[in-house]
Amino acid sequence: MKDILQELESRREEARQGGGARRIESQHKKGKLTARERIDLLLDEDSFEEFDMFVAHRCTDFGMEKDRPAGDGVVTGWGTINGRMVYVFSQDFTVFGGSLSETHAQKICKIMDMAMQNGAPVIGINDSGGARIQEGVASLAGYAEVFQRNIMASGVVPQISLVMGPCAGGAVYSPAMTDFIFMVKDSSYMFVTGPDVVKTVTNEVVTAEELGGASTHTRKSSVADGAFENDVEALAEVRRLVDFLPLNNRQKPPVRPFFDDPARIDESLDTLIPDNPNTPYDMKELITKLADEGDFYEIQEDFAKNILTGFIRLEGGTVGVVANQPMVLAGCLDIDASRKAARFVRFCDAFEIPVLTLVDVPGFLPGTSQEYGGVIKHGAKLLFAYGEATVPKVTVITRKAYGGAYDVMASKHLRGDFNYAWPTAEIAVMGAKGATEIIHRADLGDAEKIAQHTQDYEDRFANPFVAAEKGFIDEVIMPQSTRKRVARAFASLRGKSLQNPWKKHDNIPL
Amino acid sequence: MFKKILIANRGEIACRVIKSARAMGIQTVAIYSDADRNALHVKMADEAVHIGPPPANQSYIVIDKVMDAIRQTGAEAVHPGYGFLSENSKFAEALAAEGVAFVGPPVGAIEKMGDKITSKKIAKEAGVSTVPGYMGLIEDADEAVKISNEVGYPVMLKASAGGGGKGMRIAWNDEEAREGFQSSKNEAANSFGDDRIFIEKFVTQPRHIEIQVLCDAHGNGIYLGERECSIQRRQQKVIEEAPSPFLDEETRKRMGDQAVALAQAVDYASAGTVEFIVDGDKNFYFLEMNTRLQVEHPVTEMITGVDLVEQMIRVANGEPLTIKQEDVKLNGWAIESRLYAEDPYRGFLPSIGRLVKYRPPEEVVQADEVVRNDTGVFEGGEISMYYDPMIAKLCTWGPDRATAIEHMRNALDGFELEGIGHNLPFLSAVMDHPKFTSGEMTTAFIEEEYPEGFEGVELDRDAVQRIAASAAAMHRVAEIRRTRVSGRMSNHERKVGTEWVVSVQGEDIPVSIEADHDGSTVHFDDGRTHRVASDWTPGDSLARLSVDGSPLVLKVEKITQGFRIRSRGADLEVRVRSPRQAELAALMPVKVAPDTSRLLLCPMPGLIVNVAVSVGDEVHEGQALCTVEAMKMENILRAEKKGVVSKINAAAGDSLAVDDVILEFE
Repeated sequence: MKDILQELESRREEARQGGGARRIESQHKKGKLTARERIDLLLDEDSFEEFDMFVAHRCTDFGMEKDRPAGDGVVTGWGTINGRMVYVFSQDFTVFGGSLSETHAQKICKIMDMAMQNGAPVIGINDSGGARIQEGVASLAGYAEVFQRNIMASGVVPQISLVMGPCAGGAVYSPAMTDFIFMVKDSSYMFVTGPDVVKTVTNEVVTAEELGGASTHTRKSSVADGAFENDVEALAEVRRLVDFLPLNNRQKPPVRPFFDDPARIDESLDTLIPDNPNTPYDMKELITKLADEGDFYEIQEDFAKNILTGFIRLEGGTVGVVANQPMVLAGCLDIDASRKAARFVRFCDAFEIPVLTLVDVPGFLPGTSQEYGGVIKHGAKLLFAYGEATVPKVTVITRKAYGGAYDVMASKHLRGDFNYAWPTAEIAVMGAKGATEIIHRADLGDAEKIAQHTQDYEDRFANPFVAAEKGFIDEVIMPQSTRKRVARAFASLRGKSLQNPWKKHDNIPL
Repeated sequence: MFKKILIANRGEIACRVIKSARAMGIQTVAIYSDADRNALHVKMADEAVHIGPPPANQSYIVIDKVMDAIRQTGAEAVHPGYGFLSENSKFAEALAAEGVAFVGPPVGAIEKMGDKITSKKIAKEAGVSTVPGYMGLIEDADEAVKISNEVGYPVMLKASAGGGGKGMRIAWNDEEAREGFQSSKNEAANSFGDDRIFIEKFVTQPRHIEIQVLCDAHGNGIYLGERECSIQRRQQKVIEEAPSPFLDEETRKRMGDQAVALAQAVDYASAGTVEFIVDGDKNFYFLEMNTRLQVEHPVTEMITGVDLVEQMIRVANGEPLTIKQEDVKLNGWAIESRLYAEDPYRGFLPSIGRLVKYRPPEEVVQADEVVRNDTGVFEGGEISMYYDPMIAKLCTWGPDRATAIEHMRNALDGFELEGIGHNLPFLSAVMDHPKFTSGEMTTAFIEEEYPEGFEGVELDRDAVQRIAASAAAMHRVAEIRRTRVSGRMSNHERKVGTEWVVSVQGEDIPVSIEADHDGSTVHFDDGRTHRVASDWTPGDSLARLSVDGSPLVLKVEKITQGFRIRSRGADLEVRVRSPRQAELAALMPVKVAPDTSRLLLCPMPGLIVNVAVSVGDEVHEGQALCTVEAMKMENILRAEKKGVVSKINAAAGDSLAVDDVILEFE
């Protein structure tokens, strides 16, 4: 009997060693942790329960049958993050370079199926050379099995990808279909085709880092939602993100004890809007002063900075925030900003996270690059996302809300529940100067008359009251009381129930 | 008494004057420029009159505009504060012409003391000790050399109309005297339109000590002790105290008597300050007289109990002084720290912008502690480019110097200021500097002790350990809160451990925490323990802790796995990790920040409005380089670090795309 117990322990020990001491050391030298070390940091201490520790591949070609390490290059299981259940898979680069085999894929699929069944998020840690070439089409089939589950899980349980090493070729499409992708600076990259193929096919010379490093994907491509300095920081920050998210689409977002008065008044917000309407200000100040304890978890911080997206808490409960950022491009909407915000709003709606929208938008960015790039359809994504969302929606217009962008930014007309405006709000078709030049085209030669018309237009429309008279603004609120008013608004919406008409699915302008 | 008084100033001093006037039952009128529309002094005053655009020379110092405001509001008296029109005799004359009382000395006194050469002559005649030197005008360099030899080196060559260090040179020999004469003369001509130069003895180990005098129009005059203002940077006072740690009773009395004699020699009637330079042997020499209320007057008020503004108003109203010299008792010690919007880490570069956070420590009046904060700003207010960069004057009082300093340390720790660069860490550093705490400073203190500028503070082991204990205790509180989130698996909750590793200043410090209802006992590997008690809750940006029974105030900001902690001038990243987390964190590579600062890239598509630098310019961190207009908004691009501009690729009017290179650095 003792020997049998001993046998289990030694087989476990062997599995834990992965690719062995030498490869572990090499992994560390690259600044990367091993698959199991990463799980240690991601989950609560001693909470990890492993599945399929002894699974080995079934490949018999190319002499593979002689090397069948336990676990087959991926560690899977479940555990808790601050006591809440999550499923996790972590690819082990020390075993066959973390390459994906049929059995490796089966392990991932197993925990994804369980996550769906039991209603808990899936967190995937990617560190893999790609398909296991020796297995040929079996490996490709494995990818597709994972993809199909990513698709089915989308909108059912949150899916988070951590890219902590290479992730190339077909492998990229699994993270691509998850809700969030985070990367580690300098030690991770993602691309469909690597630098060698790029050079062969297009003669373009590019490094892996330039082609698909964290900087590329957080700043240029927007594939990644955030990047961190190292593995330790990345895993700690993903834990922090999970604290904001519901476990599945049947649950309300989590609530935790908070130490911030929901009725807190902040008089400094009364002076946030500069006297000069063309002077920018930092919308992040409003977000952090509004949020519980000033805590803002920003998503896609480095991309399309003219719009801010992220999570805060109000009265301890998660709220998604979308806000125009006047510091960048005057906070206008463009292709990138629309896509970024639309995806964020749809995530919130899928998981019953209420949405707060802070508006200071002068309109859509004009220009050929925008029109050629299809700003019409991309802008429509955000419009569509807001319009279809059935979660509680509270909007605060702080300054400009001009033109079509006014409609798009969670206006009353898109089933906004509470639409507030600060006294500094200007809700109009466009700025006074532009409007005057169209309405009073006949007087264009007369600077004095135009100035007078502009002044008249400003007096009449550069305020929230025209919209308030029509009921498009529910109330004009004092900036200092924003936290209190917004918190009460969301509190009143806790019982909100709104269904869209039955449909197989909608046809958002992709 | 006057019914209504106008304060011809702005900022903290306007607020200060309003307080005393209000306490005396006098109505107050503020004046304000466009930039001060929402300023505190405007809110505090009973009435406010707009007097023009932001630059002071178009508003606060335009006599006609101030006179209009007086007429409009019917103010019977004007308090000029300091700066602006406070020592402008034309203004005093204009007031006199309309029968409005000037809360300050008579015109004659302002004029006589306003000129450096005249004031010295009068001082000498009044028996005031003056720096050996030549009072007359100097014709040429030869004469300058001759006189320098008579006075004896080292000598200082000074512009008669000078101030702020301009037109001032020190010479140790004939050659330097010759050169210094010419350059002072040129500088004085350019800066003041007055190239008169005089020469005086250069005082070694100099301390700046000044006497506060108070005189009425009935021939009474007293002095209210001294203030030591030796902690200065480029002639700008930073820290002042009263009394001076250097003076003895006898010297104080001699200086005081001479100061009053000087004031009376010019028929002074108001509060005024006679500045002396004092050498290492307690020889003192008259420097100048300031015929106004000084910035640093609160320290005198705190040790004498006299409200100087009230006294000034009473004297202006023609009342005789009720305080006799023998009534003046110096009680305890007071220190003033001037908070400037100047970034000490960037060579004290002025910083402007929004006060995203402004939370001064609570004002305290107790038997053994007073905390007073004179300010003209508020959270959400703006520090503009148009005026003095002073944000506040934080003053503390204690029964003795050491206690007053300790109160100041705590008050500075409890002062929350975000949004702009400021000198809080520097002030904290000075409070812990041995030369300051021992009282052995000279006017060269900052220059000598911080020759390379200020680079932050290294805390000693004991202080670091106290912070580590505090961080560990706070981290544990924050982690326990995280485990109380809804939706957790019942019976399988996360248990927050007792063993932690605190990483600070590159060192991993293992600790073990025993928590109970009143706080935590934190054990260290070296056998020491610290008892930490606090009502800190997650999200509080200020942690008021008690560590082993003594108070510790930390500015706290959450970062990944820990806190950014600021205290006593130090700025630390403190990580608190479980032993396993710490073990793995130790494997992480140390990264060197990539050098992206060689290029200035256009952050957005836009139009270049202007380029503020030229090739070869040396730029400071934070300096404005160029302005890009995008979506009708002007965005100022600033230097990320020091450098020399090597190439400029764009000019005003150019339209640029994202990431186009605007400037290159060497």
